[in-house]
Amino acid sequence: MHYRYFPGCTLKTQAKEMEDTALAAASALGIELQELPEWQCCGAVFPLSDDELITLLSPVRTLAAAGGEPLVSLCAACHHVLKRAQEVIKRNPDTREKVTDFLEVDYAGEGRVLHFLEVLRDDLGFDRLKEQVSHPLAGRKIAAYYGCLLLRPAKEMQFDDPENPTIMEDLLRSLGAEVVSTAYRTECCGAYLSVTEEKVATATAEKIVHSARRAGAEALITACPLCRYNLENIGGPALPVYYFSELLAEALGVAALKEVARG
Amino acid sequence: MIFSESYHRFIDELKKNTGQDPNQCYQCAKCSAGCPVVAAMDLLPHQVIRYLQLGLLGELEESRTPWICASCFTCAARCPRDLDLARLMEGVRLAVLRLREGNRLSPADLELTPEQLEKLPAQALVSSFRKYAK
Ligand code: SF4
Ligand code: SF4
Repeated sequence: MHYRYFPGCTLKTQAKEMEDTALAAASALGIELQELPEWQCCGAVFPLSDDELITLLSPVRTLAAAGGEPLVSLCAACHHVLKRAQEVIKRNPDTREKVTDFLEVDYAGEGRVLHFLEVLRDDLGFDRLKEQVSHPLAGRKIAAYYGCLLLRPAKEMQFDDPENPTIMEDLLRSLGAEVVSTAYRTECCGAYLSVTEEKVATATAEKIVHSARRAGAEALITACPLCRYNLENIGGPALPVYYFSELLAEALGVAALKEVARG
Repeated sequence: MIFSESYHRFIDELKKNTGQDPNQCYQCAKCSAGCPVVAAMDLLPHQVIRYLQLGLLGELEESRTPWICASCFTCAARCPRDLDLARLMEGVRLAVLRLREGNRLSPADLELTPEQLEKLPAQALVSSFRKYAK
């Protein structure tokens, strides 16, 4: 299985362990992730106004660079931006013409845009993944935290049921963990408000972590570096927050799980 | 009040650029009921739409709400009228940033210690400058 891979800025810096563990796991599973050459930041947020063309340039350049091959990201935000930028190119011929003319690329929206979790579910299959697990996470009580960007808007992301997703729980089960279900798993963590409105971000993140604790979770998993940052930066008792890829690599026996700072 | 004289032009632009017509909203307030950051807002999300309907643009310009909205898309996912309020919030933010020709965030505003800056994901900085500055 061969894919083009877009890391994004944070996976090369603050979230290096997400990339390291995902790449180790992918290679153990026979999933080849070939990094795009000379990629640049996706812009982190999808432009929500149709006259914002400049902010589409970077994701469209990335999509075009994949040359129609399936394009995989690990970060929920990168995936969100790339997937929705592709939708714009498919849906809006006028924008497509302006953006591709400016970039001098030929791109009409071809190629699958995937989050790595989708590769595991749809291309590899959780059943096959389960067969590869050498170090099952037996007895570990883990809660999945989805946040916003993988799920919404569901029409464009087509990732999972936006109100009742199961992909991360299915992953956890295939790794042998005990799934803890929590009330706030699809609620926003506060996102970039941690830069401008820290108290607001802390309050939303606390609700999520405290509800997971009350439900009996020993740890949370996420697919987004900013979610993880927010969930770790709360007041009161914290929970360890892992990238899904860290537990995946651990269960496959390909990397030692790094200790995650508490609180 | 930067919008009031050009209300119709503003609303036409907003509709065109966001693909959303505020007049489609019937004020059920489901958006506000599910918004995760509503406690920090001075106008509730459904009130933002009401203000757009009524042309109270000066009030919207002064409101904290568009800057508290985290673009989580929960309101858009649940609206029975299929309105994407997250897009309308972006339209209001952009109008304020563009018409005022001023940014809401500059690197000098960041009150972060070098240690915090080391930990803060690059993604958070890129996102916030995209949302609060042009
Ligand atoms: S949920 Fe939709 S229809 Fe109801 S108040 Fe909000 S925007 Fe209006
Ligand atoms: S997109 Fe904004 S207004 Fe809508 S629910 Fe999320 S934070 Fe609230």
